[in-house]
Amino acid sequence: MAGWRRWLLSAVLVPLVSVICGFAVGAIAIVAAGADPLMAYSALFAGAFTNHNALAETLVSTTPYVLLGLAVAIGFRAGLFNIGAEGQFYIGSLSGVFVAYSIRGLPGIVEVPLAMIAGMLGGALWASIAGALKARFGAHEVITTIMLNYVSFLVASYLVDTPGLMLARNVSTPRTPDIDAGAVLPNLIPGSRLHLGFVLALLAVPIVWFLIERTTIGFRLRAVGFNQNAARAAGMSVGRTIVLTMALSGALAGAAGIVQILGVNFHMTDTVAAGYGFDAIAVALLARSNPWGVLPAALLFGALHNGASFMQLETQVSADLISIVQASVIIFVAAPAIVGWLFRLRRAPTETVAITQREVDAPTT
Amino acid sequence: MSEFLQQLDPVSLLSITLITATPLTLAALGGMMCERSGVVNIALEGIMLTGAFIGYAVAFFTHNLWIGVAAAVLSGMIIASLHAVLSISLLVDQIVSGMVINIMAVGITGVFYRTYLESATSAGPGTLPHWNVPVLSSIPVIGPIFFENQFVTYAMLVLILVVHFVLFRTVWGLRTRACGEHPRAAETAGINVHFVRYVNVITSGALAGLGGAYFSLQQIGNFLPNMTGGRGYIALAAMIFGKWTPVGAFGASLLFSGSDQIGSRMQSVFHVQIPLQFLGMLPYLLTIVVLAGAMGRAIAPAAVGRPYKKE
Repeated sequence: MAGWRRWLLSAVLVPLVSVICGFAVGAIAIVAAGADPLMAYSALFAGAFTNHNALAETLVSTTPYVLLGLAVAIGFRAGLFNIGAEGQFYIGSLSGVFVAYSIRGLPGIVEVPLAMIAGMLGGALWASIAGALKARFGAHEVITTIMLNYVSFLVASYLVDTPGLMLARNVSTPRTPDIDAGAVLPNLIPGSRLHLGFVLALLAVPIVWFLIERTTIGFRLRAVGFNQNAARAAGMSVGRTIVLTMALSGALAGAAGIVQILGVNFHMTDTVAAGYGFDAIAVALLARSNPWGVLPAALLFGALHNGASFMQLETQVSADLISIVQASVIIFVAAPAIVGWLFRLRRAPTETVAITQREVDAPTT
Repeated sequence: MSEFLQQLDPVSLLSITLITATPLTLAALGGMMCERSGVVNIALEGIMLTGAFIGYAVAFFTHNLWIGVAAAVLSGMIIASLHAVLSISLLVDQIVSGMVINIMAVGITGVFYRTYLESATSAGPGTLPHWNVPVLSSIPVIGPIFFENQFVTYAMLVLILVVHFVLFRTVWGLRTRACGEHPRAAETAGINVHFVRYVNVITSGALAGLGGAYFSLQQIGNFLPNMTGGRGYIALAAMIFGKWTPVGAFGASLLFSGSDQIGSRMQSVFHVQIPLQFLGMLPYLLTIVVLAGAMGRAIAPAAVGRPYKKE
């Protein structure tokens, strides 16, 4: 019973209270910007859920967040901080879009999986660079993935902008050719943009959960996350597990990229950096690195993302407001001491602070 | 040969390199103060963006550039103290805390820029004046490069020496490094680890905030959303490539900022077509290379990234 209550507190109550507190901080910013928080938030809600097609659009925005949130969460479970989800997203998009516009005339049942595999492989290989650097040289994955993000943006810009590489002919703004009609993900609701990718993202949740919780690979991954020395002593190859975890994480991020291409964009442009990488980390943090938790967290981020532009249109409050809300939510999630203090909880769940089971210089007694 | 030199124009090349290295060096110095005391700072980007915005907004409303520069520094310190509270006192993961500040900075600057500045019609505050140092500026080559600059660049040149002196020649520097290498030993020796880390994190905010003022008050005299454009991360790269030393970070900043300049001149002078994207990758690839130990290992302070809990 006590364990159950603890779970409720740390997995449901703290995130929920954090979200409410995040909106409260956002409200202060709205007032400071000279607008009415109630009006802004009701416009945000309308833009996210109740307007024509808004719910379908929110689910479209939720799709990449689910896959990216899973990507970061799987890294967290192995003690790895993959800030590079955004770069892996772009490399996955690049390799996937290349396959999707190169193959012609095959049925969708062949083309879609081929493009998906290419995208996931691209993301996986790109992420394993950081994994290998960590396993072989101890290079911190936070720094290497940040650096690799920028390299990937420049790789994308080079490939998409250069004639003879991936640049389409006769286009006014640089972009790749459109993907083959057979590779387009089918629509779920006619008249909306909601595509099969949403279902794929939903399916990824139980798969990733099963992988982490019920397989040998998942066991190794969690063991390395808990205590590398113990994992090594038990005969596991820590280095190999790190590279494999990064590859899995990158494959999910790459899947997010290619699903976005096959379902929404149908080609790739050279304008990059949509800020997905940081949002993905926020989703995983809010979900407490639990694959099931990624779903509601991604839905929240998808809704914010989708409602923000309508809010800006209706109330003149900048769409950037949602960044303030998101940042505040993460503060409250990552510092449960604040939530505990707000609610006068005797025992705030302080041990959850160690997001990646990083070592803490604390007394050993 | 002389025609070739004239085309290459090495003096203006070096001068522009030094100017564009200014915000990188300042943020790298800030990151260094922070990391040497054991706190990772990936928030440099957000701190610079905040500094650029607040500096410009204050200069705009007070019609005084110098109050703007001071406000940029102060705002950097304030937002850095959020990083300090979260990561030092509340034991939030330092990467998470830094990331929060980067996201928050985009939100705050975006919201208030739209409300108060975007549609403002009155004239902007202009840019910081050029100061020619008497006598020194008339030295050929060195004069135009070093002694005909604006305030933030001069400040950067002085601060490289100051940070070097503080870190390696003062008691405070010794304490800072002790907290970054082995906080428990430092605490045992009577050093207040939390206090040292607080001061260093807030100092890093001041340095990066001044770096932010470069963008809005020195370079263009305006604020644009997201105008720092990822240069906080290049500064992080410069700090690592410079192996956590002020002079090294300055050299790395010069290398990184010079590489774009050289790239564009390569095309006009040598007619060599190197895709600009490849030159743009240089800072990031070099940083990965030194992290992998291929060019003389870059070793971070031992305790960096770990929260410290008092006994």
